[in-house]
Amino acid sequence: MTTDIHTVAADEVVPAAPVAPAGTARARPLRLAIVAGLIAFLLFGLPPLLDSYWMLVVTGAAIYSMVALGLGLLIGRVGMVSLCQVVLAAVGAWVALRLSYATSLPFPVLVLCAGFVTAAIGTLIGLPALRLSGLYLALITLMAAGAITIVLRAVLFPNGGGGFFGNSAAGGASSRMPRPSLAQTDAAYFRYCVVVAILMFLLAAWHVRRKPGRAWAAIRHSQATAISAGVNTVLYKLWAFALASFMAGVAGGLLAASAGGVSVQQFPVETSVTLLAVVLMGGVYSLWGAVVAAFLLRILPALLDDWGVSTELLTILFGIGVLQVLMTAPGGLADQVPKDLAKLGRRIGRVFSRREAAA
Amino acid sequence: MIEVEDLTVRFGGVVPIDAMTLELAAGTCGLIGPNGAGKTTFFNVLSGFVRPSTGRVRAFGEDLLAIPDFKRPRWGLRRTFQTEQAIAELSVFDNVLLVHEHTGGDRATRRGEVLKAVSFTGLSDVAHRLVGGLGAAQRRLVEVARAVVGRPRLILFDEPGAGLPDEETVRLGELIRQIPEETGALVVLVDHDMSLVSACCATTAVLDFGRLIAAGPTAEVLRNPHVVRAYLGTEEEV
Repeated sequence: MTTDIHTVAADEVVPAAPVAPAGTARARPLRLAIVAGLIAFLLFGLPPLLDSYWMLVVTGAAIYSMVALGLGLLIGRVGMVSLCQVVLAAVGAWVALRLSYATSLPFPVLVLCAGFVTAAIGTLIGLPALRLSGLYLALITLMAAGAITIVLRAVLFPNGGGGFFGNSAAGGASSRMPRPSLAQTDAAYFRYCVVVAILMFLLAAWHVRRKPGRAWAAIRHSQATAISAGVNTVLYKLWAFALASFMAGVAGGLLAASAGGVSVQQFPVETSVTLLAVVLMGGVYSLWGAVVAAFLLRILPALLDDWGVSTELLTILFGIGVLQVLMTAPGGLADQVPKDLAKLGRRIGRVFSRREAAA
Repeated sequence: MIEVEDLTVRFGGVVPIDAMTLELAAGTCGLIGPNGAGKTTFFNVLSGFVRPSTGRVRAFGEDLLAIPDFKRPRWGLRRTFQTEQAIAELSVFDNVLLVHEHTGGDRATRRGEVLKAVSFTGLSDVAHRLVGGLGAAQRRLVEVARAVVGRPRLILFDEPGAGLPDEETVRLGELIRQIPEETGALVVLVDHDMSLVSACCATTAVLDFGRLIAAGPTAEVLRNPHVVRAYLGTEEEV
């Protein structure tokens, strides 16, 4: 009789979006300049400063920013949760490796194929999202992550052995895909990953600003609002899952060619939960949140390690961080830090102007 | 013209709409009745959120109930909700654009039509502000703009004046009254505010316990003793 329209309420897992005033005209060139400066630094300034260990760390961060970006879109824009994004990156790595041993396709094609196959699998996992939300969707996706992990453990990553799955005992536990000829060195490969990440951020920004972004905003507001605006909610929800999974799959494909290669053990299910925590801390309403999330997920542990602090501490820190975000700063660090900096700047400015007035 | 024939909705033992037969001709039609009379349920049937157990709804000759819910806006159905549903994270312009682009509006004339709907509701000054930063009255107007954009054929307003101060309600009423002429759509207005209904609607239908108890010119209907009794909830003097 009644459809479940009224039971599909707003997602209780997601904090309420902060409503910021629209950006002023002057802020836009400034923002563009900051982005351009950051990209230039990442591409040319950073690589000479780092040794091979840190090169591996920052490459991992660049790659994981894409996984975080996809999850941030799902949570912040559509109001859906997925706890299988890291495992989907493992699927991407598996597909890319499999194809690289079986075919002689060029590197970008392998990575794209990894993205598309992962998108298809992610869309299948997203099917329950048409009926469920919040805790139950989180649970279903977590179970899916567990199931995929079991399958991947059973079939292992191909490492150059014979047969379809191509695993040989002599090949070692981890597998590495050959890199593209223009990115053979670690520094060049880091640049390659940064460029792919930039493309993914542009793809995300395009989606958010165009028709899909508006449809997602309606869906996040409420199912009834979306339907009465003519939004095909089935299509746009699955599209969001496909996009987030595509990003995870592309990231996985890139991970397969990073230094050290990949192993099945590298994608434990709980990392998806940690990813959710850092994505919330980074901020789900801004694409910058994904950059912060990648820093928290990959660079912060390496820094702590470097300083001799146990990385176990992070679980506690992330817990406190998520609590803080849910209670006081729904926009996460990407929203809060610029606001706090601006406030600090105003305070300092006021102190100086007072001194001048006194003098 | 909307023809509702023998419409019945059952939720288990509750019958919010009971064998309702109703014709809505053109212009702005009022739909009133005490709480629980079935007004919102009727809107939910038209929107596709509630499936009736029996009955038919023909809208301009088409079987409305046969169209899937999300395609009805494309057909020309628009509605607002009792609790205002403007999307806070989008600008006023984007809120209206959302409806235009998802209801098959022509891409070439999109910007102009969206701006026209925005200016019709008097929101041009705040067109690029986020809806979250607007007041209650302006958010209600965003919903009106979303309702008139594109090619609406049937617009359902569910208590559009709820929670608004009187002078804002008067302005809203003036706006709603212009909609049929402006867009050619048939407007159905549900509200408890009789002055708003009298101001906007030439004809009014009255529901009570899911049944149609009166219909006709608004002034006549409001004088009808059955209607007065339904609203005051009393029968004869004791």
